[in-house]
Amino acid sequence: MGLLEAILISVIAASTPLLLAAAGELVVERSGVLNLGVEGMMIMGAACGFAGCWLTGSTFLGALCGIAAGAALSLVFAMLTLGLAVNQVAAGLALTILGTGLSGLIGAGFVGQRIVPAPHLDIPFITTLPVVGKLFFGQDGFVYFSILLVIAIWWFLYRTRAGLILRATGDNHTSAHALGYPVLKIRLLAVLFGGGCAGLAGAYLPLAYTPFFIPGMTAGRGWIALALVVFSSWRPGRLVGGAYLFGAVTILQLHAQALGLGIPSQLMTSLPYLATVVVLVLISRSRGIAGSAAPASLGMVFVPDR
Amino acid sequence: MQLVLEKRAERSTLIAVASPLIAIVLTLVTMSILFAILGKNPIAALNVYFVEPLTDTYTLGEIIVKATPLVMIGIGLSLCYLANVWNIGAEGQFLIGAVCGSWLAVVTNGTGAGYWVLPAMLVLGAAGGALYALIPALCKVRFGANEILTSLMLVYVAELILDYLVRGPWRDPKGMNFPTTAAFDPVATVPTLFDGSRVHAGSIIALLVVIAATVMLGRTIKGFEIRVVGAAPRAARFAGFSADRLVLFTFAVSGALAGLAGIIEVAGPVGVLQPGISPGYGFTAIIVAFLGRLNPIGILIAGLFLALTFIGGEGAQISMKIPLDLTKVFQGILLFYVLACDSMILYRIRLIATPKKSAPASVQGNVHGTA
Repeated sequence: MGLLEAILISVIAASTPLLLAAAGELVVERSGVLNLGVEGMMIMGAACGFAGCWLTGSTFLGALCGIAAGAALSLVFAMLTLGLAVNQVAAGLALTILGTGLSGLIGAGFVGQRIVPAPHLDIPFITTLPVVGKLFFGQDGFVYFSILLVIAIWWFLYRTRAGLILRATGDNHTSAHALGYPVLKIRLLAVLFGGGCAGLAGAYLPLAYTPFFIPGMTAGRGWIALALVVFSSWRPGRLVGGAYLFGAVTILQLHAQALGLGIPSQLMTSLPYLATVVVLVLISRSRGIAGSAAPASLGMVFVPDR
Repeated sequence: MQLVLEKRAERSTLIAVASPLIAIVLTLVTMSILFAILGKNPIAALNVYFVEPLTDTYTLGEIIVKATPLVMIGIGLSLCYLANVWNIGAEGQFLIGAVCGSWLAVVTNGTGAGYWVLPAMLVLGAAGGALYALIPALCKVRFGANEILTSLMLVYVAELILDYLVRGPWRDPKGMNFPTTAAFDPVATVPTLFDGSRVHAGSIIALLVVIAATVMLGRTIKGFEIRVVGAAPRAARFAGFSADRLVLFTFAVSGALAGLAGIIEVAGPVGVLQPGISPGYGFTAIIVAFLGRLNPIGILIAGLFLALTFIGGEGAQISMKIPLDLTKVFQGILLFYVLACDSMILYRIRLIATPKKSAPASVQGNVHGTA
């Protein structure tokens, strides 16, 4: 296996959690809700996903536990922001603080334990093809699922009536309400979906990326996923490119550190975060000319009149 | 039957006063349940958490030590949140303030410099925090980049800058390879106020900040401007208030306060620059700001209360083996309840009859909210 191939494979592994979490958040934001608690839901997904896998010995059941944990946490967020019309930014921050604490509590007993990492696809003859074999046919299930998920989201948003209604809700909740669409119910479902995706993204880390759990192992990936949604201009297609770009930055800094170029490791580690700031600035700047691509009702409180 | 949210005709003053207290009571009930789940006696645990720290003069002092940065950062953040500006990177501004102030302590270490060192360090700390906060503020004003994400990203960067300095150029040569600077000279240290306690002069500065913020918000045009821009941006534009300049102002002030808190923390209770100088003060201060209803006096009380949870959490870890992470869970739940109770100032919950399923199409528009 050549170095380039190894790098590409690790880029995909590093990108997958970003893609999963950002894909879920994209649907949430398209419905008009800004859930800043992605980081909290991810780390809960990581803790519960690991716990589930360790207890059952099954990656699949572990992933389900992660999804359930993320969705459960997002339900709390939905109850506050949709049910009680609480400020979404503040509630999202609360969710991250709560998720960090709860995951530490749940994961404490599992630190230092190991599990069998998620199996990789292995098709006789095809997976062993040079260069492309392992890259396209030798990944774990999460990777393929994340791609399918983005395609499904694209199809849902742009090719189904329900997707059109969801986008309408995000662009103008007053009109959507006047047309008779249950704005809060639509948003509840979107938030739960986003929570499940964030939970799965978190679960990917201990189940496939590293076969153990460390408190705080999401290391800001939830926040980077939020930035990716802005980067993608709320379009699923661009999300894939963005996620792989960020995955590449993460991996390249690791390889650069390994080469020992005399650059302080802290500078290299800070690259994904700095890249996020730079990308946000560049995207927002070009957007300033073309007009904002954000859903028009994003982050606004909606209380239906009677 | 169905629960719906209904806007009140006017703000409920009763709930505005009572909401933080209701939130605290609800949090305590939730915590009791959590303690029971963890197999601990809830009464004993609550006692360790919230009562025992108040019965001993040393821990009382520790509460004040912990409350000092929380109040200072919380005041700055409240200015941002009042103006509807979202600085959530106070943790990073705190660290950079600590780094900038410590630079002077490191270069003057052992040179016998005079008493000007500490005041200069405080100025550097505040300036460093303010400049670091201006990065996301400028990105927002100049390019329209979301300040929530950029300010948060810079927290990670600040942690790494601090880590680099104390492992690299600023490491104490006699420090047995520990990632820490040499202990600060006495002239670079914030003096303590009482014997046998770590309460230091920084707490007085925090009180001055509370007074200054009260005066500014209640008695000056700038304070009025902050509240108008936050509450009614359109009216603020007619009044000629610049939202952009206010973003820069609130970020700079909150960054300066966080930076000042940072350098006071390292030059006071900690005494050296090292990683882990903050147990998440910058994030907890967000809760402090909201629990204090974005009001300076309220923030002072809220800061003391959350400091109590830090001290109580440490006590509970030692005496009852309750994990330290529970303090974070507690803080998150508290913020949720505070926000939920605050919502009741503007809205009330009503129980109404569910509309008939067979309603004609024209009335299906009357969809009721479901929570």
